[in-house]
Amino acid sequence: MSNSENNERWKSALKAVKDAILVPTLAIITAVIVGGLVIAVVGGDPFAAYAGLFQGAFGSVKAISETGVWATPYIFAGLAVALAFKGGLFNIGGEGQLALGATTSALVGYGLPLWLGYEPPMYIHLTLALGAGALVGFIWGAIPGALKAYTGAHEVINTIMMNYIALNVVSFLMNGPMKDHNPLNVIARTPLIAEGARIAPIFSGLRIHWGFGLALLAAFIVWWLLWKTTLGFEIRTVGANPDAAKYAGINVKKIMTLTMGLSGMLAGLAGSIEVTGLNYRHELGFSSGYGFDAIAIALLGKNHPVGVVLAAILFAAMRNGATRMQFLTQIPVDIISVIQALILLFVAADSIVRYIYRIKQSGEKVVLTRGWGG
Amino acid sequence: MDWKRFSFIAFIIAILFGTVVLVGYTSEPWILIVGSMMATTIAVATPLTLGALSGVFCERSGVVNIGIEGMMLASAFFGWLGSIYMNTIFGFGAMPSLLVGVLIAILTGGLFALLHAALSITYKVDQIIGGTVINILAVGITGFLNRQLFFDKNSIFQGNVPHAPGVLPVIVIPVKQGIEWICSLTGGTEGCYVTANAFGKVFEQKPIAIFAVIFVFVANYVIFNTRWGLRMRAVGEHPKAADTVGINVIRTRYLNVVIGGFFAGLAGAYFTLESVPSFEPLMTNGRGFISLAAMIFGNWTPIGAWAASLVFGASQALQINLQFFRTSIPPEWSFFQNSYAVGQIPYILTMIILTGIIGKTSAPAADGQPYEK
Repeated sequence: MSNSENNERWKSALKAVKDAILVPTLAIITAVIVGGLVIAVVGGDPFAAYAGLFQGAFGSVKAISETGVWATPYIFAGLAVALAFKGGLFNIGGEGQLALGATTSALVGYGLPLWLGYEPPMYIHLTLALGAGALVGFIWGAIPGALKAYTGAHEVINTIMMNYIALNVVSFLMNGPMKDHNPLNVIARTPLIAEGARIAPIFSGLRIHWGFGLALLAAFIVWWLLWKTTLGFEIRTVGANPDAAKYAGINVKKIMTLTMGLSGMLAGLAGSIEVTGLNYRHELGFSSGYGFDAIAIALLGKNHPVGVVLAAILFAAMRNGATRMQFLTQIPVDIISVIQALILLFVAADSIVRYIYRIKQSGEKVVLTRGWGG
Repeated sequence: MDWKRFSFIAFIIAILFGTVVLVGYTSEPWILIVGSMMATTIAVATPLTLGALSGVFCERSGVVNIGIEGMMLASAFFGWLGSIYMNTIFGFGAMPSLLVGVLIAILTGGLFALLHAALSITYKVDQIIGGTVINILAVGITGFLNRQLFFDKNSIFQGNVPHAPGVLPVIVIPVKQGIEWICSLTGGTEGCYVTANAFGKVFEQKPIAIFAVIFVFVANYVIFNTRWGLRMRAVGEHPKAADTVGINVIRTRYLNVVIGGFFAGLAGAYFTLESVPSFEPLMTNGRGFISLAAMIFGNWTPIGAWAASLVFGASQALQINLQFFRTSIPPEWSFFQNSYAVGQIPYILTMIILTGIIGKTSAPAADGQPYEK
C-alpha cells in the first residue's frame, strides 16, 4: 500500500468519525444550554447545578465507580435498542424485558439451591441465572418481533403493551409468590440470591462489578455480530430495505423475529446483571426509566456499539451526578430527564442542530415509520 | 367499520358485562349491574375515545402520532396546575378554576402537537422518533415541575401539594325521569322503575365524558361530509395530487395535527380535572398507546375508534365493578378479581386486535411520510 493511499484512507476514516460525532456533540451542548436556561427560569443557578453534576459523576474514585455502576445496564439496554434499529425495528419494550430478565435471574439465584437442596458450583449457578434472564428477555422480545413479521402488527405498540403486561406479572410475583418472607420485610422484593450466583466486584470497597466488563464485551460482540457475520449482514439488509432483502433470498420474517429476540435478550441481560452484580435481589420499581433512556442512548450513539457505550457513560454520569446536584443546589434530579429529552430531540431533529451551527447534511437516516400493521 | 368488526366488539363487551352479571346477580338485579357497567364503561373510555380522535385527525392527514401519551400526561399536569393557580393564588372559585384548567390542558395538548408537527412536517424527523421525543419530554417536564413546585421549600407553594379545586361535577341528562314518566303512564310495574334507575345512571356523566361522545359524531361528520374533511383525507392519502389541485399540504397537516393535540389535551384534562383531583407522575399509564390501538381497530374512523375504545373501557369497568361484588366471588375464583389478572385484559386485547385476525384495516396511504414537493 502506497503512502498517499494510506493517507487518503486515514483522511476518510477521520472524516467519518468527525461526521459521526459532530452532530451528537453539538446536540449535547445545545441541550445542556437549553437545560441551563430551564434551571435559570425556575430560579436555580445553572453553573452551580452543572458543577454539582460533574462533581457527583466524576469527583472521586467512588463517584467514578458509581457512574460505571449506572452505565452497566445502560450499555446493555442501549445495545438492545441499537440492534433492533439496525434491523429496522423499534424496541420500546426494554423496560418490560429488563424487569422480566431481572425477576428470572433473581428466581434462579435464590430458588435453585432451595429446589436442588444444595448450592450449585459458582460458575454454573451464575451462568444459569444470567442464561435464564437472557432467555426470558429473548422470548419477550421475539413475540412482538414475530407478530410484526407474520401479521404486520406494529412492534411499537406491541412492545409497549408487553411492557405493561410484564410489569403487571412482575409486581404480582414480587407481592406474592416471590416475595421475601422475612418477617422484617414489608417491601415488594425477592429474597437475596445465593453467593454463587453473584458477580464479583472489580475492586473491594467499590460497587462497580465485573458486569461492567461484560457490558463492554457485549458491545464488542454486537459489533462483531453486525459487521462480521452473515447474520449481521442479513439483519442490516432487512433494516435497510426489507423488500430488497426478500429478493436477495433472505428469510425476512425469521430475521425480524430473531432481531427482536436478540434485542430483548440484551435488555433482559441488563436486568439480570443488575440483580446478580449489584442488588443481589429484584425489587419492584428499580428499573423505571431504563427502557426510555435506552432509546435516547441508542440514537445518540448513532446505533453503533462504540457510540452506545459512550452515550451510556454520559447518561450514567448525568443520572449519577444528579443526586449530588440535587443535594447541593436543591434542583430536582428530574431536570436530567428534561436534558435527556432535549438531547434526543436535537439528535433526532439533526436538521435543527445543522441549521443552528451551519453544518451541511450528510450521512444515513434511520427509517422506522413504515405505517401501522393491519 | 364492517359488521364483522362491530359484532366482535359487541361480543367482547357482552362477555365482559356477562361476567359481572354472573358474579353479582344474586345481590343486585341484573339490569342495574348492566346499567352501572355501561355508565362506568362510558366514563373510563373517555381518555381513550379522545386519544383515538386525536390519532384520527393526525393520521388522516398523514402524520403518525405516538406522542399522544405524552401529550395527555403534559396536559393533565398543566391543566391541573392551572386550576390550582387560579384557585389558590388568584383566588377564583372552584368551577371557574376547573374550566380554566380544562382550557389550559387543551392548549398544552395543542402546543405539544405543534412541536410534533414542526418535527415531523417541517424538519421531517422520523415520526415515531418525534413522538418518542414528545413522550420522554412530557415525562421529564412533568416530573421536574411536579417536584420543583410542590416538594421544594422555596417554591410558591412552600413544599406542600396545595388543595386542588376538586373535579368537574356530574351532569344529569334527565333520562331517568323520562323513563319513569313512561312507567307512570303504562301502569308502573316495579321492573319498569328499576330499568329507569339502571339506564338513568348511564346518562349521569361528567362533562368531558359527554363532550367526548358528542365530538365522536361531530368528527365523523367533519371528516366524511365536509370540505375540510375531504382535504384532510386527500392530504393523507395522496399529498401530491392534493397539492396539484391547490390544497396547501403543509398547512392542512399542521392544522389537523394541532386539532388532534387539542383532543389529546382534553383527554389529559380528564385525568386530573374530571377523574381525580390530583396528579401523579406517569398517571396516564399507557392510555395514549391503547387509544392508538383503538384508532387502528376502528379503521381510522371516529365512530369505529369510539366502539373500540368502549371495549377497553368495558374491560376496565369489569375490574372496577368486580370490586363491588368481592364477597360473592368463590375463593377458588379469587384470582379473577386480582387486578394483576384482570388488568392485563386491555393490553392483551390490543395485541390481538393488532394482529388483524379480526379483519384487516388500512391506514391512510401517506401515513407517516413527510411531504416533499
